[in-house]
Amino acid sequence: MVLGVTVLVFALNAAALGDPARAAMGQRADPETLERLRREYALDRPLPVQYATWLARLARADLGESFREQRPVREVIVERLPATARLALAATLVSVVFGVGIGAIAAVRARSTLDHVLMGLAVLGISTPVFWLGLMLALVFSVTLGWLPVSGYGDGALRNLVLPAVTLGALHMGTVARMTRSSLLEVVRQDFMATARAKGLSEWTVLGKHALRNALVPVVTVIGIGLADLLVGAPLTETVFAWPGVGRLLVAAVGQRDLPVVMGAVLVFALVYVLGNLLVDLAYLVIDPRMRDAVRA
Amino acid sequence: MPSARRPLSHHGFLAGAILVALFAGAALLAPVLAPEDPHAVASGDGATLEGPTASHPLGTDALGRDVLSRVLWGGRVSLAVGVGVEALVVVLGCVIGLLAGYFGGPVDAALMRVTDVVMAFPSLVLAIGLIAVFEQPGLDKVFIVLVALGWTTIARVVRGEVLSLKTRDFVHAARALGGGHRAIMVRHLLPNALAPLLVAATIGVGGNMVAEAGLSFLGLGAQAPTISWGAMLADGQTFLASAPWVAVFPGAALLLAVLGMNLLGDGLRDLLDPRLRA
Repeated sequence: MVLGVTVLVFALNAAALGDPARAAMGQRADPETLERLRREYALDRPLPVQYATWLARLARADLGESFREQRPVREVIVERLPATARLALAATLVSVVFGVGIGAIAAVRARSTLDHVLMGLAVLGISTPVFWLGLMLALVFSVTLGWLPVSGYGDGALRNLVLPAVTLGALHMGTVARMTRSSLLEVVRQDFMATARAKGLSEWTVLGKHALRNALVPVVTVIGIGLADLLVGAPLTETVFAWPGVGRLLVAAVGQRDLPVVMGAVLVFALVYVLGNLLVDLAYLVIDPRMRDAVRA
Repeated sequence: MPSARRPLSHHGFLAGAILVALFAGAALLAPVLAPEDPHAVASGDGATLEGPTASHPLGTDALGRDVLSRVLWGGRVSLAVGVGVEALVVVLGCVIGLLAGYFGGPVDAALMRVTDVVMAFPSLVLAIGLIAVFEQPGLDKVFIVLVALGWTTIARVVRGEVLSLKTRDFVHAARALGGGHRAIMVRHLLPNALAPLLVAATIGVGGNMVAEAGLSFLGLGAQAPTISWGAMLADGQTFLASAPWVAVFPGAALLLAVLGMNLLGDGLRDLLDPRLRA
């Protein structure tokens, strides 16, 4: 899978860098730079050789040099990673805490008005474009109420993190809420729930301890899918809030036609995604002991 | 395909159908409905960034253009990209899904490998990367990129259906009667996969609309003078404090259109396939 990802990024790279002089230098291309770039990317050799060269550099975490900043792409991206990681973690927290909470309340009150309202909100959350939600939150909480900063990293201040995290988390919160609800309702029908009730446990213990843990398996899947939502939303959210992360770097690099940075950022996003899904698979083993047997078998 | 039961009593489906009908109607009739030329800039003074008034119900933007007219015309772009991309995506996805599911073996393995790799990327990020390959961004590139990346969902859905259908008796019967591969795929397998296909395609239209608006918002999609809700939002962000209506209305229109598509898709799933009812 990781290899497939690198092939695709390499193909993008090859397509984009077909003529590195034009791509890198625009009108100001001088023959020397052109020659250096050609050698660096082995552009005069057949494609498989180019790919091997590129892969070998990649193995040394060498993503090439930024056209614009004249320094390694790796440096440029590594600088931006902490901001994106902070935002992604905070957004995950928002989506999981509120998503599971809303889903659980809706499940307990299934088919009530509250359930319908909450699930309506969930669909609304899924359908709201992140960038517009970000603007509207900024309009209400920053421009009108003046509670929170409109944008910027604010040297990592928590108040700067709130709006971007809520914006990015909201998209996925709806999915988590819907999954938690349907998954809980599924579990509630099972026999062991009747047993737990028959033991005389309180309704909240039954739901909290017995139902929720079993309902978590599909929810973890959704959190894994949510990683995709987060990574998709990152360029948009970071642009809205002038957040100095990899997403905004990617967008800016496209505008500046700084292709090594573009390809590096795309590759980093894809690798994070693939690794994240791997972690989700591992999380199953922790939550659901049955899966451990399945793995051993 | 199980018969659709009482679609009018399904609230989500009904709400979705109404929203989609409103959106499509407004987009198609934009030339008639729009009070002004959406490109007409203000002449004279004081008409730029004007709040909602009787003559400009949704206000005017920084160049004094009527926001209502631009929202209506922007809907045409959104609808065209949403439906146009999805139409091609469905054709491409059906062909790939049918071939993979029907023939199985190495064909399936190869096609699904490609699907997995494309799906291994967060979609918008790969779309941005693809856009970067082109010299200049534009709506036509957005179209190409969304088609190139969008077919995977449909291909998976169709493949899954075909895998479960192809061992059924009616397929064996069709083969025994001398049906060729193509006839079996097109006449027997595809029609039976229609229900999930329709659901996925409906939700896909909404996804395409969001993707187009997102790319245009980032400046990587529609370029002026093409009117796109995403690009309007980007303009509106600049004047968020002084003239919020410039950003509020195109986004609200996008939200309602996408919400309609999602509700319609969810409703279709409930109505067409009771097994999947949440």
